[in-house]
Amino acid sequence: MDLTAAVLVLDSAVRLATPLLLACLAGLYSERSGIFDIGLEGKMLAGAFAAGAVAYWTGSAWLGLLAAIGAAIALALVHGFASITQRGNQIVSGVAINFLAAGLTALLGQAWFSQGGRTPQLSGDARFSSLTLPGAEALRDVPVLGPIYYELISGHNLIVYIAFLMVPLTWWVLFQTRFGLRLRAVGENPAAVDTAGISVPFLRYRAVLICGVLTGVAGAYLAIAQSAGFIVNMTAGKGFIALAALIFAKWRPWPAMGACLLFGFLDAVAIRLQGAYVPFIGEVPVQFMQALPYVLTVVLLAGFIGRAVPPKAGGVPYVKER
Amino acid sequence: MSAPVAKLPAWVEVGLIPLLNVTVAFLVSGLVVLFIGENPLQAVKILVWGALGFGEGIGFTLFYTTNFIFTGLAVAVAFHAGLFNIGGEGQAYLGGLGTALAAMALDRYVPWYVTLPFAICGAALFGAAWALIPAYLQARRGSHIVITTIMFNFIAASLMVWLLVDHLSPPGSMQPETRTFAAGGALPKLGGLFEMFGADMGAAPANISIVVALAACLFVWVFIWRTRLGYEIRATGLNPTAAVYAGISTVKITIIAMLVSGALAGLMALNPVMGDQQRLQIDFVQGAGFVGIAVALMGRAHPVGIVLAAFLFGMLYQGGAELAFDMPAISRDMIVVIQALVILFAGALEHMFRPGIARAFALMSSPQRARMLDGGEAG
Repeated sequence: MDLTAAVLVLDSAVRLATPLLLACLAGLYSERSGIFDIGLEGKMLAGAFAAGAVAYWTGSAWLGLLAAIGAAIALALVHGFASITQRGNQIVSGVAINFLAAGLTALLGQAWFSQGGRTPQLSGDARFSSLTLPGAEALRDVPVLGPIYYELISGHNLIVYIAFLMVPLTWWVLFQTRFGLRLRAVGENPAAVDTAGISVPFLRYRAVLICGVLTGVAGAYLAIAQSAGFIVNMTAGKGFIALAALIFAKWRPWPAMGACLLFGFLDAVAIRLQGAYVPFIGEVPVQFMQALPYVLTVVLLAGFIGRAVPPKAGGVPYVKER
Repeated sequence: MSAPVAKLPAWVEVGLIPLLNVTVAFLVSGLVVLFIGENPLQAVKILVWGALGFGEGIGFTLFYTTNFIFTGLAVAVAFHAGLFNIGGEGQAYLGGLGTALAAMALDRYVPWYVTLPFAICGAALFGAAWALIPAYLQARRGSHIVITTIMFNFIAASLMVWLLVDHLSPPGSMQPETRTFAAGGALPKLGGLFEMFGADMGAAPANISIVVALAACLFVWVFIWRTRLGYEIRATGLNPTAAVYAGISTVKITIIAMLVSGALAGLMALNPVMGDQQRLQIDFVQGAGFVGIAVALMGRAHPVGIVLAAFLFGMLYQGGAELAFDMPAISRDMIVVIQALVILFAGALEHMFRPGIARAFALMSSPQRARMLDGGEAG
C-alpha cells in the first residue's frame, strides 16, 4: 500500500472514529460516576434524528446540533431518573432507552416526512461542511508531509475537531479538577463522598447530563455532518462499539481515543478489504473484520489481555444510610 | 435495595403493581399516538380487530406469540438466577442454524414428526452453546454477562451472514439463505384446527411449534419451582451470598441457568425456520430476542405471565401491521415504542408507584400506622 492509499484509509478511520469517540467519552463520564449506560446507542440515534429534522426545518446546522443535544439530554434524564432517583436497574433502563429511541425516531420520521423514516436530504448551511485548515492548500504538494496535512489533518468538519479536543479536556476535567475527583470517587465509593457532605445524586445527575450532551453531538455528527440527513437506525450498533471501546480503554480518556481510532481503522480497512486477498492469510471475510471489535472486547473482558475492572460502584444504586 | 415501606398483600405485589405499571406504559403509548395526531381509541380498535377479528389475524397473532413465549422464557430463566441474558437475539439466530442443519439432514428421508425431535435438539444445543461462553466468562472470570451477551449478538450476526453467504446458500444462488426444506422439514400449520372452529387461517403461518412452546412453559415451571436445581437457581438469584453459604456453587448455577436460557432462545427458531419459511434466512429473528425482555418483565418471569404477555405482544405485532395499513401515520415502529415503555415502566421504574400504594394501604388500614409511616420516611 503506498502513502496516498494509507493516508486515505487513515483519513476515513478518523471520520469513522469520531462518533465512537464522542459516545465513548459520554459513557466515560456516566460510568465513572457509577451509572452504567448501555443506552449510548439510543441517545445517539435520538440526537441524529433531532439534528436531521431540525436542520431541515430551520436550514441551520447549529440549531440541528442544539436539538440533537436536547433530545439526547431528555433521554439521559429518563435514564437518570430511573437509575438515580428511582434506584431502578440501570441495564433495564438502558435497554428501554435504546428501544424508545429506535421506535420513536422511525415512527416520527415516517409520520412527519413520509420517506420511510428518513429525514429529507440536507444541503448547504444545514450541514457542517469540511474546514480547510490554514496553509493546507499551500502545503498540498510538499512530499509526504503535504498529503498527511492536507488529507488527514485538514479537511474535516468542525465536530471531528471537537471530538478530538474533548479527549484532553476530559482528561483535565477528570484528573485535574475537583469536580473530576468527586466524579471518580462517587463511582468507586459513593458512601465516602456522601460522608464528605457532597450530594451523590446531584453529582451523578451532572455526569448523566454530560453524557447526554456528548451523545447528542455524536448523533448530530452522524446525521448532519457525515451524512446529509437521518436514516432509520443509522447508528447501527456504534453505541455498542463505543461501549466496547470504553471497556477496552479501561475507562480512561487517552486510551479511549486509541481504542476508538483502532475500531475506526478496522472499519475503514474492512470497507477497503472487501473481497481483497491478504498475503499469507488469503481472503479475509469482511464479516470477520466487522466482528473483530466485539471479539476483542470479549477477550479483554475475559482478562486474557490485561484486566478491565469497571468502577466499583457501577450499576449499584446508592441508598443513603438511614 | 431500598426496603419496601410496608409489607403489602400478595395480590397487590403480583397483581395491582405490575398491572398499574403496564397500564401507565400503554397510557404513555396513547399519548404518543395523540402526539402524532391520530385518535388512540380508534387505533386500539383497529389493532384489536387486526389481531383477533378474523381467522388470518389470529393465525399471525399466534405465530408471533410462539416466538415471544420462547424468548420470554429464556430471559425469565436467567432472571431467576439473577442474570440478565440480553443475548436471546444471537442465541435464537444460532438456534436457527441448529434447526436448519437438522432439517436439511433429514427432510428428504423422513416425515416431519421424525425431524422435529432432532430439530428441537439442534436448536436447543446451538442456542445453549452460544450462551455457554458468556456464561463461563461470567462464572469463572467475572466478565459482565450483559456486555458479553451484547457482543455475542453482534458476533452471531456477522457469523451467520458469513455462513449464509459463503457456505450455506445453494451453489449458483445469490440469495443469502439455505435451500428450501422438503416436506420432511416443514411443520404442519394449524389451519385444520382453525377449520374445526369454522375459521379460515388463510396464509397465516401459525404452526405446531406453539405446542412445543407450551411444553417449554410447563418444563420451565417444573424446572424452576419443583426441582432441586430450580431451587438452587432461585436461591442464587435472590441472595448469592446466602446461596454460597448453603453450599450452592454459583459457578455451576450460572452456567446451568444460562445454558437453559440459551436453549430456550434457540428453540424459538423452530417457529420461523421450520414452521413458516422452511429455510434459514438472514436476520430471521427480527428482534424477537429483545421482545423477550419486555415479555419476561411484564410476565413477572412466571410461565403463566409470560404466555399472557407473549400473547399481548403477539397481538401488538399482528395488530400493528393492520394499524400501519389503516393509519399510515402510525408505522409498525409503534410496537417498538410500546415495547420500550413496557420495559421502562415494568422494569426500570418498577418501584415507582410502590411508596404511594403502600401509603394508601396504610391509610386505609389504620390512621395511626400511616402517621408512623410518614414519620419513618421523613426520618
